[in-house]
Amino acid sequence: MAQIYAYIEHHDGVLDDTAMELVVAGKKIAAGPVTAIVTGSGIDAVASEAAKIYPEVIKIDTPALAYPNAEVIRKALVNILPSGAIVLLPHGPFGMDLGPGLSIKMDSSFASDIVDIEGTDGNLVKLIRQEFGGVVSVHVTSDISSGAVLCVRPGAMAPDESKSASGKITDKSGDAGDLSANRKFLEIVEPEAGDVDITKADVLVSIGRGIEDQENIGIAQELADAMGAVVSCSRPIVDAKWLEPARQVGTSGNTVKPKVYMACGISGSFQHLGGIKGGFIIAINKNPNAPIFQVANVGIVADILEFMPALTEKLQG
Amino acid sequence: MEILVCVKRVPDTAENEIEMNSAGNDIERDDLVYSVNEWDNYAVEEAIQIVDKVGGSVTVVTVGDEDSDEILRREMAMGAEKGLLATDDAFSGSDCKGIATILKGVVAKGQYDLIMTGAQADEGYGAVGGMLAAMMDVPYASLVNKVDVQDGKLVIGREIQGGSQEMNEITLPCVLSIQTGINEPRYVGIRGIRKVSSVEIPELSASDLGVDAGSVGEAAAKVKKVDYFVPEKGEGAEMLEGSTDEIIEKLIEILKANGGLK
Ligand SMILES: Cc1cc2nc3c(=O)[nH]c(=O)nc-3n(C[C@H](O)[C@H](O)[C@H](O)COP(=O)(O)OP(=O)(O)OC[C@H]3O[C@@H](n4cnc5c(N)ncnc54)[C@H](O)[C@@H]3O)c2cc1C
Ligand SMILES: Nc1ncnc2c1ncn2[C@@H]1O[C@H](COP(=O)(O)O)[C@@H](O)[C@H]1O
Repeated sequence: MAQIYAYIEHHDGVLDDTAMELVVAGKKIAAGPVTAIVTGSGIDAVASEAAKIYPEVIKIDTPALAYPNAEVIRKALVNILPSGAIVLLPHGPFGMDLGPGLSIKMDSSFASDIVDIEGTDGNLVKLIRQEFGGVVSVHVTSDISSGAVLCVRPGAMAPDESKSASGKITDKSGDAGDLSANRKFLEIVEPEAGDVDITKADVLVSIGRGIEDQENIGIAQELADAMGAVVSCSRPIVDAKWLEPARQVGTSGNTVKPKVYMACGISGSFQHLGGIKGGFIIAINKNPNAPIFQVANVGIVADILEFMPALTEKLQG
Repeated sequence: MEILVCVKRVPDTAENEIEMNSAGNDIERDDLVYSVNEWDNYAVEEAIQIVDKVGGSVTVVTVGDEDSDEILRREMAMGAEKGLLATDDAFSGSDCKGIATILKGVVAKGQYDLIMTGAQADEGYGAVGGMLAAMMDVPYASLVNKVDVQDGKLVIGREIQGGSQEMNEITLPCVLSIQTGINEPRYVGIRGIRKVSSVEIPELSASDLGVDAGSVGEAAAKVKKVDYFVPEKGEGAEMLEGSTDEIIEKLIEILKANGGLK
């Protein structure tokens, strides 16, 4: 069985939660140790944290890796990893940047947005993915005979929070090789603050593509007014410029923690749900199979364009 | 700037409710309505806007079958000058790597400064663009939500967590995968599509593209779909049932109990 590696994301010196998830993913592929890979500049503390989770840690510590530029990290990984390696990445903006190209350079197979791993049968690792925004799941096999790059959905694996390892840290900075790149990191631009702060609201009336038309936004606003709530939304509403970016909930928007989150015409994609951290979720959707009903506390199968005005009217008495 | 945009024909989830078939191993494929992958529309729009600014032309390509003709014409009605259809029995069943291999053959037949894909398509892999770039040995950036053309290079923004944008400089030629929201894709009406209905769309086979038929298609795919299933639902939501009035009454009680009303 090939050696399994997990790439550890970290921000401002703190390990990403996926560090505790990828170790679990690795163990589902095969018994045996999973090795963490930590890259960056001045990362001793981060490597020590990783060593509490992983029995082996490879550290690549050099100024060229101060910012996680996928092109540069790919070069370092190709130089350091043995052929046939199985590499686990978080399926987020960084993993999506690195993973596909890495699999080509390692000549290994690639699968992403993995929600579960059912083990390995000979050369085939058995994966579960989702399609159509989570309405259906798919069994997929990936041939790992010459290695694999596997991107695992953040939050999908129950994390191993025991921090019970006392891993050995190996410094491979000297083996990273040529780290020049044709893509140069310039800066991070933070989002502009909007007029509303949905992260502070106790009650959110959140609308998705089910609102169907810009003209119907008023229906949501009227309901929110009647409830004393704030209107938030899923990404397609912002993409269409019907509401401003400050109102978007999700991994590429805001993380919210209201008392009550009322999802109206939102399907429940993992990027959307990734922005809801707690609260009582009420889902209203016309499709009884919508994935949002699996995470909601209370569900209502209804057309929001009829249901929302009816609720507003009742509240206004 | 010569730009190639890769587009895919996918089931339109806004037009269909995706359901399992009676055998429970595949989705119900009868009567599915197809359209262009949402992300690809943004990529085509961005390409057109770049060409409007700096000159050049936009070519759209898809790996598909005869049915894919309609999506190429749709993107041509938006303003892409040329369409190419890569089609061959040997292509069917390709995984992402197979598709990227075929597209590499398409790229080699032209002179492109910039290649664009969508950030992801219906199956949610988000892989073809990054694979294509690595095969071509050119730089790549994913989830691009801003493109600014400069002399011989681009300044691009990538979407990262929490709405932040990661700015990069990238040399040409390169491959970019485009994220939704970067622009507002223009509307195309029936009339626009009719105008391009007689434009010839060259069909390219494996041999036209110099693609080894053994390196693509089902047999070469290392990643294979076994079957579809409906995941076991966990606890699930408490579903409110009854007449609309009854549901609203229950809901108001629930809202009150959970601090959802002021
Ligand atoms: C890198 C990346 C980052 C992303 N970040 C985010 C993010 O931060 N936030 C986010 O939200 N998304 C994000 N997305 C997009 C995400 O994948 C989904 O596409 C999106 O969340 C879907 O939004 P939706 O639920 O409103 O639309 P859909 O998935 O189209 O769902 C619409 C729902 O409305 C229902 N409906 C339709 N009409 C009605 C009606 N009249 N009455 C009742 N119900 C109705 C339908 O049954 C359906 O369930 C991201 C995607 C990527 C690739
Ligand atoms: N069959 C195809 N033909 C042309 N381009 C494709 C095809 N499949 C995927 N792509 C491109 O690759 C992008 C990402 O798709 P995927 O890697 O399948 O998620 C899509 O948005 C398209 O730009």
